[in-house]
Amino acid sequence: MLHLVSYIYIISSALFILSLKWMNSPVTARRSVLAGEVGMLMAIAGVLLSFHVFNWEWILAAFFIGTAVGIPIAYIMPMTAVPQRTAMSHACGALAAALVGTAEFYRANQLHETLSTFVMVPLMLETLLGFLTFTGSLMAMGKLQEVLPQRPITYRNQNLINFLLFAIAAGLGVWLIVNPAETWIFPIFAGLSLVFGVLLIIPIGGADMPTVIALLNSYAGLSACAMGFVLGNKLLVIAGALDGSSGLILSIIMCKAMNRSFTNVLFGAFGQLQVAHGKAEKRPVRSASPEEAASILDAASTVIIVPGYGLAVAQAQHKIRELFDALMKRGVDVKFGIHPVAGRMPGHMNVLLAEADIPYDRLIEMDEINGEFPQCDVALVIGANDVTNPAARTDKTSPIYGMPILDVDKAHTVMVIKRSMSPGFAGIDNPLYYMDKTLMLFGDAKAFVTEILKELPARAAA
Amino acid sequence: MSDLEITLFVFMLATFLGLEVIRKVSPLLHTPLMSLTNAISAISVVGAIMITGADGATMLSKVLGFIAITAAVTNIVSGYLITDRMLKMFKKPGGKR
Repeated sequence: MLHLVSYIYIISSALFILSLKWMNSPVTARRSVLAGEVGMLMAIAGVLLSFHVFNWEWILAAFFIGTAVGIPIAYIMPMTAVPQRTAMSHACGALAAALVGTAEFYRANQLHETLSTFVMVPLMLETLLGFLTFTGSLMAMGKLQEVLPQRPITYRNQNLINFLLFAIAAGLGVWLIVNPAETWIFPIFAGLSLVFGVLLIIPIGGADMPTVIALLNSYAGLSACAMGFVLGNKLLVIAGALDGSSGLILSIIMCKAMNRSFTNVLFGAFGQLQVAHGKAEKRPVRSASPEEAASILDAASTVIIVPGYGLAVAQAQHKIRELFDALMKRGVDVKFGIHPVAGRMPGHMNVLLAEADIPYDRLIEMDEINGEFPQCDVALVIGANDVTNPAARTDKTSPIYGMPILDVDKAHTVMVIKRSMSPGFAGIDNPLYYMDKTLMLFGDAKAFVTEILKELPARAAA
Repeated sequence: MSDLEITLFVFMLATFLGLEVIRKVSPLLHTPLMSLTNAISAISVVGAIMITGADGATMLSKVLGFIAITAAVTNIVSGYLITDRMLKMFKKPGGKR
């Protein structure tokens, strides 16, 4: 029987790897989900066959509740809430890993089994990462849902306090590794890990969420991986390592897209873009009405739309799709320029625009689209700010200096839909808005696009 | 080679494999990728079943294991379903309107 289980686990691991491999193109991606599902069912069947299972009523009840909760989450959740859902599932995954580690620790101590260093090291890592990712993800979810302030919450000596707290937790962890029988330390260790997770995330601002979400993804995976070492289960090690490396790659991509170093992210010292540049001198901007905007778009032959988080907030994706259709029908070539950190999680804009039925060959990555701005008639920026800020290229004093941006300022005409002139999330002024070729379209993204659409058919009829 | 050493080998290989495979994932699909890996990391359900279903599991083990299975199964079910829902939205170029 045990041999059979091993083979089931091997096939299950292979299916997980294939599942990730098929994500390399939208054409094969649907297969990914199927492979992942079959892999997971085999894993569950495998573990149920691997030993004489007691307490069926507990296990079945948990499966029932988990399914009953999971199905509505998947179907009711609007696409704009995907970042929150992702943060929530990081919290769930991390909690599961942390609780299994905790239960294993007490179980072994109760039976007076000696917990060797080889078990205790991963067990401590599993519970530390699990608990801190649990509370950290809940904080991230709160910020994304705007239950908590999106601004960074900072206080004096924040880094020092965080470091000390982490050092104490790590010290207690080492103590437990050496003396696993000192069970009274464990609750303190777990408590500190939980508190550390909160402190790690509160200083992070909304614009840095893509990196944080990716990093928490990685931690949750590594926690499951450590569980594999504790329980001596290689399937857990493989699946956890795949998840850990996925989160790692995504956070590296996000870091590069914001010109932050990876060490900077690993130690959680990110999101502290100083709210500098208080110099709010009033410079003149040119603004335009929906009517003018419509006629400019109508006259253009190429338009690049640059979406940002504001699009998600305004839920404007369907209106933008109508604009896309209307312009394409008029023979205007419309593309979308997607910055890797636009939105609140990796790939956020792509999902929203795909939801609005915009074909994915029109969604172009930053590196590819940047060469096209100089030949482009109109760049239409909707709810994006810092990712279009030319100061990142030229102004060495700017907090975002060096961050790769979408070169919208190279287009013949730039139009920016924005609610007001207030600076963006990071509090950085955007010189793009004061350029001669820039027209500011003041208003809510959805309302303004609706107005433009109203003007468009009138012109076609004329 | 001890079992720990074999497991470390497996870990090392899986990490490098993961890095290579994920690097090739289209940036279009980074959001569904994250919900997919979320569902996959809910593999901790295996550990949770081992804890809950063990012979002579204490009340503490059963309660913690129960919560862990519930959390993991929630992730499995919602993770795969929402990934599929997202992937369905990615229409083929020039495809149906």
